[in-house]
Amino acid sequence: MTHIAIAEQLDDSHEPGGFVTKYIWSQDHKVIAIQYAITAIFVGLIALVLSAIMRLQLGFPDSFSFIDPSSYLQFVTMHGMIMVIYLLTALLLGGFGNYLIPLMIGARDMVFPYLNMLSYWTYLLSVIVLICSFFVTGGPTGAGWTLYPPQAILQGTPGADKGIILMLVSLAIFIVAFTMGGLNYVTTIFQARAKGMTLMRMPLTLWGILTATILGLLAFPALLVSAIMMLFDMLLATSFFMPAIVSLGDNLAYTGGSPILFQHLFWFFGHPEVYIVALPAFGMVSDVIATHARKNIFGYRMMVWAIVAIGGLSFVVWAHHMYVSGMNPYFGFFFATTTLIIAIPTALKVYNWVLTLWRGNIHLTVPMLFAIGFIFTFTHGGLTGLWLGNVVVDLPLSDTYFVVAHFHMVMGVSPVMVLFAAIYHWYPKITGRYFHQGMGKFHFWLTFLGTYAIYLPMHYLGFLGVPRRYFAIGDSNFIPDSAQTLNASITVSAIIVGIVQLIFIYNVIWSLKYGKKAPANPWGATSLEWQTPDTPPKHGNWGAKLPVVHRWAYDFSVPGAESDFIPQNMTDSEVTWVSGQPPQDREKT
Amino acid sequence: MAIFTGLREKPWLSQTPDLASAANNSATRNPGKTALKFFLAVVSMLFFLFIITFLSRTQFADFQALTGKPWLPLENSTQLWINTGYILLASVCFQISSAFKQVNYPTKLLMITLAIVFSVLFVFGQLGVWQTLAADGYLINTNPANSFFYLLTGLHVIHLLGGVLALLRLLFRLALTTNHQQFDANLKLVTFYWHYLIIVWLVLFALLTSSTETFKTIAQLCGF
Amino acid sequence: MAIAIVILILILVTVIFHFLSPWWFTPIASNWTSIDTTINVTLWVTGFVFIIVNLFLAYAVYRFRYNKNRRADYEPENKKLEGWLTLVTTVGVAAMLAPGLVVWADFVAVPEDADEFEVVGQQWSWSFRFPGKDKVLGKVDTRLISAENPFGLSLSDPFGKDDILVNSNQLHLPINQPVKVLQRSKDVLHNFAVPQFRVKMDLVPGLTSYFWFTPTKLGDYEIFCQELCGFAHYLMRGKITVGSLAEHQQWLTQYPTFAQTQNQPKGDLIAGKKHFQNCVACHGDQGAGNSALNSPRIAGLSQWYIKRQLSYFKDKIRGNKTDDTFGLQMASMMATLPDETAINDVAAYIESLTTIVAKEDLTTLTNATDLSKGKALYSNCRYCHGENGQGNYILNAPNIAGQYDWYLKRQIANFQNRLRGTHQGDLYGNQMVLMARLLHSEQDIDDVSAYISNLPTTVTKTSNQQQLK
Repeated sequence: MTHIAIAEQLDDSHEPGGFVTKYIWSQDHKVIAIQYAITAIFVGLIALVLSAIMRLQLGFPDSFSFIDPSSYLQFVTMHGMIMVIYLLTALLLGGFGNYLIPLMIGARDMVFPYLNMLSYWTYLLSVIVLICSFFVTGGPTGAGWTLYPPQAILQGTPGADKGIILMLVSLAIFIVAFTMGGLNYVTTIFQARAKGMTLMRMPLTLWGILTATILGLLAFPALLVSAIMMLFDMLLATSFFMPAIVSLGDNLAYTGGSPILFQHLFWFFGHPEVYIVALPAFGMVSDVIATHARKNIFGYRMMVWAIVAIGGLSFVVWAHHMYVSGMNPYFGFFFATTTLIIAIPTALKVYNWVLTLWRGNIHLTVPMLFAIGFIFTFTHGGLTGLWLGNVVVDLPLSDTYFVVAHFHMVMGVSPVMVLFAAIYHWYPKITGRYFHQGMGKFHFWLTFLGTYAIYLPMHYLGFLGVPRRYFAIGDSNFIPDSAQTLNASITVSAIIVGIVQLIFIYNVIWSLKYGKKAPANPWGATSLEWQTPDTPPKHGNWGAKLPVVHRWAYDFSVPGAESDFIPQNMTDSEVTWVSGQPPQDREKT
Repeated sequence: MAIFTGLREKPWLSQTPDLASAANNSATRNPGKTALKFFLAVVSMLFFLFIITFLSRTQFADFQALTGKPWLPLENSTQLWINTGYILLASVCFQISSAFKQVNYPTKLLMITLAIVFSVLFVFGQLGVWQTLAADGYLINTNPANSFFYLLTGLHVIHLLGGVLALLRLLFRLALTTNHQQFDANLKLVTFYWHYLIIVWLVLFALLTSSTETFKTIAQLCGF
Repeated sequence: MAIAIVILILILVTVIFHFLSPWWFTPIASNWTSIDTTINVTLWVTGFVFIIVNLFLAYAVYRFRYNKNRRADYEPENKKLEGWLTLVTTVGVAAMLAPGLVVWADFVAVPEDADEFEVVGQQWSWSFRFPGKDKVLGKVDTRLISAENPFGLSLSDPFGKDDILVNSNQLHLPINQPVKVLQRSKDVLHNFAVPQFRVKMDLVPGLTSYFWFTPTKLGDYEIFCQELCGFAHYLMRGKITVGSLAEHQQWLTQYPTFAQTQNQPKGDLIAGKKHFQNCVACHGDQGAGNSALNSPRIAGLSQWYIKRQLSYFKDKIRGNKTDDTFGLQMASMMATLPDETAINDVAAYIESLTTIVAKEDLTTLTNATDLSKGKALYSNCRYCHGENGQGNYILNAPNIAGQYDWYLKRQIANFQNRLRGTHQGDLYGNQMVLMARLLHSEQDIDDVSAYISNLPTTVTKTSNQQQLK
């Protein structure tokens, strides 16, 4: 098998030659990772601008003529879809997954490098199709990121002619790209680990990515199924999801279909999707916390079990998005119970992060600041999830700003905090230089405080009952004028947070050239990616000889060892022990 | 299940490593097989979801199964049985070509060619069924049962054609490199793939030609 | 160090914000106090966890900040601690879930004595149906929906005959009477939500969803659509009044039964023409309007629209503001139409008029030069008023093509200046008030008015036009 060669010895069959093969048609997982990351961040910036426009309308209604109800809904839709799928999923798995998997398991590359390259180009195609929808007549779809039929394909919704088709096609292409990438990730993790790297010795980052990838492989088909059937309903006049309808006065030819069927399919994908984003973030933040607190992750096994349990449970909670959808109300009992059960492993993860800090020796570096910020925002967002998961509490709150605040806190701010932590953490390895500390700290403080200033008050608009996806509230007898003031303040915070991200981008680019040169392992980390012979790692990652793993990924501050960390590829005899001998019993210390 | 016992391992204890364990033994590695298994899991999920959707859609008032009464088109499913024969033969050919060591290369290639021919016959057979249905006025949007029939058989054909493409690529590479060992390993995967195609087809066949009463029973069992 | 203090401050800010916030659940007006209780339990449990976990976080960061003379502990796991944490978390989760499930069981089981009524949703308005004397709602079918039968009732079902059709987005419910809300949608998903009642449910085309509640507090509440339903989702509002049973019954008598709507008099054209003589002075004998007299063209406008506007003028729903000079004028003219029959007749007569006005007479706004700009602005109007401004009964949108541009401009300005559409009796005016705000300048108003004015008039050309000139 030629693929084995990749893992065993340096295979220069796809060693890049010129610029084009090195940076464009590259099969090197690191280059592909960076391509994924740049593309994802680019579309993410578009989505960020869209959200700023939405906020302007909500904060200062009737002040801007470039936004009307149609474009508002289109921006809402595209913002949501881009952020969830094209930014978070792509950046966490396509970006970090690609970069870290081979390095962390001690492989030379993915097992199918060509497929990996194909995965990126297919992803890029899906992004291009998505962006095209901004330029067709009628604009992109404004059906909300959930794309619920019937409205997604009826005339009363903006972008119902071409926008929705491009959206569905783009999603289908994305799913193909994800499947190619995903097959690669799981196969690589299962088949190409270095000698001695048992599953339980892997850093939690890999556990998060592995579980999330498996979730993605099994959940994305649900989205594909619903997209295909909706396209059929639209283009071939079938009635999968479409019942008899009178749309804007026209009697349509549909009959008998079920819109709720779509919702079941959508959320069977949609809920695992939350964890496809969250689990890699959980994993990466665990590694950042352990490294910068100089302490092993507390309860490693519990952390792994929790990731696996959350992954499994995420397939049986989907209908908690549908408590008020008109489905059989008896489902509520089951789904409320499973949803609240999933809170238990999630809570344990939070405890373990905090307990990792306890009796650690915490370096408050920029990545660590973001990780601590993550614990705070995730606790907040996770706890409001218990509100919405509990079926009767969801009744008054569903479809209000409480929901918007909740999922932005838990799925927007929190994973993004981890993404920043991860980018700052791995930046020296990826580029060989430090980022600028001062700019990084400034970026952290404004992002952390700014996002909280956006989303804490937003929950209270939800308590009040302000509905989401409203272009304007208009006159109302129970929403006080002060709510508008609150909205304006949220908008101001949002604009500030948005602008601050430019500093991040500037920092990333500036440091590429002017950043201080970084050593191979600046944070004193244990996992394999920090032990490469070159920084940044060269093609093939490991020079002549693959690493052999002798310990788990969290040997920080091991009693008796002189250094406060022992890399995974170091044998006991290579370690300098204070007493000259490794201590006998490592379990009880 | 090794994974589950593995999950209880305490990785911080220094005695754990077993450098010769299966996971680290390059001789037992087979990325192609792992990838194929996961890929088929994805495809199974896809068909599973379609089937669940189909079953729940059968319980709506406007659903009219394609069989169950003498005048319904699939009551006579001869053509579908013939098609089933084709794909079965294709699978048998693959089995012969990959399972027996003593089979020589010309025979092997002949078997593969036959398998491709039978697969293509299957595709045309399915197209024939489509044409018959359409000619009888059973169009894709006439009834959800029809929609599902076209959709599911269509997807299955695409799934099959994907396999044919992969196979052609293998043959092409064989012509270039003549690396027989590699080819044999991959041929095993292709055979596995075709067996999987049959299973999916048999499930679809059974479902699509079920009568309204059968759907009712299934739906009751599943608790729709 | 700073981060520990900031987290401490954030916890404090969160708690203070919570207690000082004037934004909280609206006072409850239904029987679902048990939902509020569950919310409070959830608030206290999650609030407690939030504070404890983050206090611990802040303390840990402060206490174990970097010190070069200290080394971190080595502690792979602590089974006992993890076991306890699991147990405590499970108890906390159960404490929230248990009351939740109990209340949900109540929500799922509709009481026997609940009265049924039906909510019908469509893009972008509400209507309601009450079962009438037989207490049974008649059969419906979406395919029967038409301008004559907007609820899609089956003509053959005897139970439908006495159903009371409230073709209005204002609802009245009796206090302390449990109601089972049956919900149906003509087109897309909607959601019938009244924040003060706490409960809500989607309306799904193709099936009937339901929920129940008992209104317990007199007053006026707002109905919001809370499931995205397309372009004008945010305009899909309604009003709900909770009153005494007697008031409720009185309210019901205002609305026709299905049988009555089927046998409604079409309107007497001869009687209508007689009444119309009072209009001729300003609107002209063919309803062509007159720019000099500030009277719009009314010929060919749909009967239902004229009827609704005349009733508004009569009931001082329109033409009730001192700044709306011409509206006041119209309102005072209403004395000439004694009753509903007269209004119906004159509206029928106006609909039968076929005059159209020449383009050059319609367009007076010299300011408006850019029809393509007007067309772009009109894209927001077309959802309801139609691509050619022909109007749409089902959307309650009148025909606006071929109207004088100065008139359109004045009405848009009236909506913007709250001279029209803000009265609570004006069913669909509020939608126009919000829509009119999309025009940000006088130039915009001019452009879109000119564009509408230029749309082809759908009435056939007659010789009357020449005569009028």
